[in-house]
Amino acid sequence: MIPGGITEPGTTVTIKTGSWRNFRPKRDDSRCKRAGEPVAIGRLERFVADWEIENGLRLPERAKPTGKKVAVVGSGPSGLTVATELAKRGHEVTILETLHRPGGVLVYGIPEFRLPKRIVETEVESIKRLGVKVMTDVVVGKTMTVDDLLEEYDAVFLGTGAGLPLLLGIPGEDLSGVYSANEFLIRINLMKAYAFPDYDTPIKVGKRVAIIGGGNVAMDSARCALRLGAEKVSVVYRRSEKEMPARNEEIERAKEEGIIFMTLTQPVRFTGEEKVDGIECIKMELGEPDESGRRRPVPIEGSNFNIDVDQVVIAIGQRPNPLVMRTTEGLVCDDRKGIIIADSMGRTSKKGVFAGGDVITGAATVIAAMGAGKRAAEAIDKFLRGD
Amino acid sequence: MAKILRKLRLAPGINEFVVDAPLIARKAEPGQFLIVIIDEKGERIPLTIADLDRESGAVTIVFLEIGKSTMELGQLEAGDEIAHISGPLGKASEIPQGETIVFVGGGVGTAAVYPIARKAKESNKVISIVGAKNKETVIWEDKMKDVSDRLIVTTDDGSYGRKGLVTEPLKELLEQGGIDRVVAIGPPIMMKFAALTTRPYGVKTVVSLNPIIVDGTGMCGACRVRVGGVTKFACVDGPEFDAHEVDFDLLLKRLATYREEEELAKRLFLERGRK
Repeated sequence: MIPGGITEPGTTVTIKTGSWRNFRPKRDDSRCKRAGEPVAIGRLERFVADWEIENGLRLPERAKPTGKKVAVVGSGPSGLTVATELAKRGHEVTILETLHRPGGVLVYGIPEFRLPKRIVETEVESIKRLGVKVMTDVVVGKTMTVDDLLEEYDAVFLGTGAGLPLLLGIPGEDLSGVYSANEFLIRINLMKAYAFPDYDTPIKVGKRVAIIGGGNVAMDSARCALRLGAEKVSVVYRRSEKEMPARNEEIERAKEEGIIFMTLTQPVRFTGEEKVDGIECIKMELGEPDESGRRRPVPIEGSNFNIDVDQVVIAIGQRPNPLVMRTTEGLVCDDRKGIIIADSMGRTSKKGVFAGGDVITGAATVIAAMGAGKRAAEAIDKFLRGD
Repeated sequence: MAKILRKLRLAPGINEFVVDAPLIARKAEPGQFLIVIIDEKGERIPLTIADLDRESGAVTIVFLEIGKSTMELGQLEAGDEIAHISGPLGKASEIPQGETIVFVGGGVGTAAVYPIARKAKESNKVISIVGAKNKETVIWEDKMKDVSDRLIVTTDDGSYGRKGLVTEPLKELLEQGGIDRVVAIGPPIMMKFAALTTRPYGVKTVVSLNPIIVDGTGMCGACRVRVGGVTKFACVDGPEFDAHEVDFDLLLKRLATYREEEELAKRLFLERGRK
């Protein structure tokens, strides 16, 4: 199958060992149906990836070197896709990654039980064998700017993702014991805090953990908290289950594992002295549909109540990190949404600079980022060939 | 990978490393920090860039062995490699023109104050106060002397310089008047009291905060601090903030989050010795 391609119902699924094999779409699989049955794209991809790891990878053909150099900023799904596609077309590609391990959200965000890190490592290895250079610990916007890169490279692709956590902005949110989902997941996935003290980065194991939010990141956080050893994990979501942005499959799995769902519930404040010990919540009801088409949650006056917690994870969404946007001359951005403006092929306002994935759409899916990477690679290739 | 070019033991438990990090040396400005990771199991350790040489590509870090990771770092020698180094991170210091500035450095905070004082000296009058526990732990006195019009050293036990805390000479200078700005970097409790000392005089005071940092690039918010009633990420919005606006008590509470784990890791490390 070609990730980034199939989302339409009725599409025939063919498994092909192309350049990308590993990642399930985060959308509801039931949208991909064959003969009336949902196709578990995630499992098919996982099967192919596992098979390839077991049986050795076949490297795609590489075109003759073009002598053109491309810098890919970010090693998440869009960056890895762009790098692969451009390397195959004979360009010299260097990936620059801020963190110390390549993979972006695939290594810092998505937990091991959904995406084994071994798969990402294998993928990165195969990209390196295509001749792609991977430089970790390079913070573009700090260590070097996009304008610095343009002096050395013929084109730059920005696939910096959506790494800035949104917070609720309510009292007590900065108490010890309140985590952004990014911090919680980075500690667990990237820093392997679950293996503390063998690994150096610690994480608190809560007894009663509340996850705020209803997306896939919230489900990942809830299931991670459970695996760390929490006694009771509750997902607190302000709308009803029907409006939850998480895939149905993720919600089902979370429920199967014993995670409690507190829907139509909105935190008002976090309480505690030295650290968080509770959340004051208010009950909500659904009103008229809002701009997202979902029914707007409205607080029910006087319905406030408290829950006891010793750990809170805020998973209400992410925005792109503004580091690159703030340090690049002439790159047109949408400041309200915090995204870089680019066309459907990833071309930005700045010559030679392309972008794709969450940084141009806002937080979306791995599969969408890979699709954007494919299109941007085409546009970059065209640009480099002077078409 | 980054090679340690030179190691100096400044005092018991205080080390100065000169590390080969050309990309960081090329861009870093006073006030910025970097992150080191000792090995693949290591945590991301934020450290202030204390000095650099753009030509040779070397950066200097100074650190106190206080927990497992810094003790392990302290066991490395010149010629050894650090698995990862990244930066420069955070915002550069604001350097005013034509002011009289008091720089206060507490403990290894002196090394963090040094590059800012050096830059400030080009266009300002610099008075420095360097504080330490005792004579042995006074660091970079000569370097501070070079970048200060006047230098005051204090020690807690009076074994060198003036006996007492850095806030005492600071208060005297403020009493005398003519001070436009104070920059204080050291343990959080020292910065808190420096802020309390300067507040009645209405003198602008800048502190460089050292909360728990993980990624250091604005991703995780572990470094959340309250400044003027607003949540800031110290790693990208700071690390320097207006001291009179900082909620130091919250900073101290958040810094205590992993105290048990830090104690455990340290105990295991000391029992086991080098990994």
